[in-house]
Amino acid sequence: MQRTDESMRTVTFHVSRYQPEGKRGAYVEAYDVPVHEGMTVLEGLHYIKDNLDSTLVWRYSCRMGVCGSCGMLVNGRPRLACTTQILHVAGGHLAVGPLPNFEIIRDLVPDLTSMFEKHVSIQPHILRKNEEEVNSTEGEFYQSPEQLEQYLQFAYCIKCGCCMAACPTMATDARYLGPMPLTAAQRYNADTRDDGRQERNLQTGSPAGVFRCHYGGECSRVCPKGVDPAKALQLLKRRLVLDALHLFRKKEPCRKLEGSGSGEVLPNIAAAPAHTVQCSGQS
Amino acid sequence: MNRTRLWILHMAAGVVLFLVLGMHMAIMHLGGVSHLFAPYAGTADSIQNSLFRDRMPFFTVSYVLLLGVALFHGLYGFRTILFELTLKRAAERAITVVLLVVGLGLFALGTWAAVAAHGMALAGVKG
Repeated sequence: MQRTDESMRTVTFHVSRYQPEGKRGAYVEAYDVPVHEGMTVLEGLHYIKDNLDSTLVWRYSCRMGVCGSCGMLVNGRPRLACTTQILHVAGGHLAVGPLPNFEIIRDLVPDLTSMFEKHVSIQPHILRKNEEEVNSTEGEFYQSPEQLEQYLQFAYCIKCGCCMAACPTMATDARYLGPMPLTAAQRYNADTRDDGRQERNLQTGSPAGVFRCHYGGECSRVCPKGVDPAKALQLLKRRLVLDALHLFRKKEPCRKLEGSGSGEVLPNIAAAPAHTVQCSGQS
Repeated sequence: MNRTRLWILHMAAGVVLFLVLGMHMAIMHLGGVSHLFAPYAGTADSIQNSLFRDRMPFFTVSYVLLLGVALFHGLYGFRTILFELTLKRAAERAITVVLLVVGLGLFALGTWAAVAAHGMALAGVKG
């Protein structure tokens, strides 16, 4: 549908620019962008690239708040460019910059390597003593809906880095693990299928670990997925303290249910349709 | 000692500090309580009232406790603030050693003063 002039407004984008090969260093470039109701910051950047300056660089992928690629500083606050509507955050001017607390590769592209290295260091996956059991495709681990609730909120993290950019501790302490990896640690610690908490405690309780958190709560304020990393970090602290004092009740990780018929089928549930593809070994 | 245990001690020291400082404030500024521990005329920090409390081993222990928890809580907190500046490992080690030496030195000096005051107060009673 062709938009009428009345529905369009002009917003000046003040975009932070940086080219490592250039001699200008970091600078801010202004672009006038015609904006309509519902238009996102990401669409505004596309307009600039298509019509005003093809050299502008940023990172994006899904355009629907799922991939976490387009995290950037919009009017001084870390947000996803794809889910932020321009007219919700800007009057006549909009400042767009790269996420702070990261090295900048170019323009609006932060180097997230340090975040992912820290993420890997806390072993963000199910750890069990019996690896064969984990790797076997037979059977499934039993988990009740209540047990799922214990970590589900923390599993919504899309690793966009907004919490890391908002964290005041990260701003001065580059070695601090940060809210995203520590939330991932809590997500797996709270998972009844996991048995690796003691192993993760070595990282999360280290000098760069969760006790660096000041509980400023900015991570939770900026999280675009409502993950609440600040809550995860407090839960992580509590569990570390209980573990250190040997007060945490030891629980065995949930067991695996082998073969069909191990679980109870709820009444009035229709039978599953027949397999459309026959795997080898199936009759 | 790992970071978790140090953090627990830091928090515990804060709680003890709150209680001991509360006791100090009550004795110094609340007349009803201070009369129990400051029976002589004048303010609660007069020399007679101070010597009266110094005679009691409970107060000598509480002075040493207050000194210990205040030093640990303050210096460990200061160290944490400094460490958030992403210093080099060698600088962090140097800070730890300096703060440990300063803390232990001040604790020894303060403990000696509290025990000496207790001794002098008892000698004054006998003498």
